[in-house]
Amino acid sequence: MTNHWLRCMHGILIRETLRFFQQRERFLAALVRPLVWLIVFAAGFRTALGLSIIDPYTTYIPYEVYIVPGLAAMVILFNGMQSSLSLVYDREMGSMRMLLTTPLPRWYLIFCRLLAGSFVSILQVYAFLLIALAFGIDLPASGLIAVLPSLLLGGLMLGSLGLVLAAAIKQLENFAGIMNFVIFPMFFLSSALYPLWKMQETSETLYWICQINPFTHVVELIRFSLYWQPAPAHLGWSLLAFVLFAGAALWIYSPARGLRGGSGGPPGR
Amino acid sequence: MSPILSITGVSHHYGAKQALNDVSFDVEKGSFALLLGPNGAGKSTLYTLLTQLLPLQAGRIAIAGHDISAAPRAALAGLGIVFQAQTLDLDLSVEQNLRYFARLRGMSGKDASRRIDAQLERLSLNDRRGDRVRALNGGHRRRLEIARALLHQPQVLLLDEPTVGLDIPTRQRIVDDVHDLASDGQATVLWATHLIDEARAGDRIVLLHQGAVRTQGEARALLDEHDCDDLATLFNQLTERKPQAPLKGLTRQDAGGTA
Repeated sequence: MTNHWLRCMHGILIRETLRFFQQRERFLAALVRPLVWLIVFAAGFRTALGLSIIDPYTTYIPYEVYIVPGLAAMVILFNGMQSSLSLVYDREMGSMRMLLTTPLPRWYLIFCRLLAGSFVSILQVYAFLLIALAFGIDLPASGLIAVLPSLLLGGLMLGSLGLVLAAAIKQLENFAGIMNFVIFPMFFLSSALYPLWKMQETSETLYWICQINPFTHVVELIRFSLYWQPAPAHLGWSLLAFVLFAGAALWIYSPARGLRGGSGGPPGR
Repeated sequence: MSPILSITGVSHHYGAKQALNDVSFDVEKGSFALLLGPNGAGKSTLYTLLTQLLPLQAGRIAIAGHDISAAPRAALAGLGIVFQAQTLDLDLSVEQNLRYFARLRGMSGKDASRRIDAQLERLSLNDRRGDRVRALNGGHRRRLEIARALLHQPQVLLLDEPTVGLDIPTRQRIVDDVHDLASDGQATVLWATHLIDEARAGDRIVLLHQGAVRTQGEARALLDEHDCDDLATLFNQLTERKPQAPLKGLTRQDAGGTA
């Protein structure tokens, strides 16, 4: 890989990180959202929801401990969708054009953008996990290292989904639809807040929807990684979803398709 | 001399709508070429083809000898681009925007610093380098975009309606600055506009209307050739528009042609 490729990746990483830290409200929202769930929601539901011993846990655990991986994945999910919002903004503001006229392969530029989005997600997740530890949530400290590859894969997979969705969103105003039709269903139809056997007790159909939801596999991958447990099935499904979403994103943003050229004029004028 | 930018038989359509129809023209090294045309003439479509944001449907484009279909990255590497819509990152500072671009273009930190200093100095933006772009006025933002487009010392500088929305003095200054760049031999310029008063006597003009080149040549020669007293008359004649009294643009007297 030449210096140009590395410098380009470095530039995109720095840009996304600077943008994230300069948008303080975004940083605060990213931290407060999972903490509200952890402190308020979990406190309310810990008595209502009984948990049996399930893998990877070897003993009974408090509900707060159970939902930490789901909330970490939620941070990545929101950030992935935020990246798609930022991409729509970039497209409207024109910065996307500047990126795509860089003399490097389009797939590489898209990958750098995905990687930068994942990097920002990971920063947020670690900030959340450290605050959770500070609040006395019982997490294995060494798991914070083991979980890194899973967070990266989750970030890339959900970021790719965000890229695909960004192509479908014509204007920033339409982003609310993403909240209603993507984020909430993905989050609630997963194992983030309750183990899937509980869902199965209620509805077999919902249980299977949760099973095919790629977000479920990201949550479980994070959960198992935190405890240094292998999870080949969840890893496989997450990788498959990443390949599918990234493939779709690369196809959508391929030079042969232009920059979402519509039928009425030059794109993003 | 072989042209630095060569456009041959380029056509493009959006569905059933023909946006460009067999467009051909060359731009010689070191020249200032004005792609003149009313709104909807196809200027922006041509720019999106030049910058490869849309795939080429028909024809051939070569930039510094690189065919954009055969060697797309080499062709892009020779371009400096100022889009019609502003493409700066409003939340980053002037310097951060330039550094980001320098990294995208593969410059080392040291090289980038040297070039950033030089461009900011040249465009009198040095005292704003730490300011967020959001705090800059429209003229400063445009000058910053030009500085950015020149950072990697491109062989061809493309500007798509860069003065739209700016007041007359700011517009004039930007037009003069970019003309100076071409006359100093620092860049070959292709400047798209619908504003006829941005033309200078020595500019090469390509007049685009309804997706087709209506005429092309050196400004003063075109006035003689079409027997027009000023560029506004020529523009109106070839684009079938009604004359607009206050705008005359370049006259034959300005251009030193025959009256």
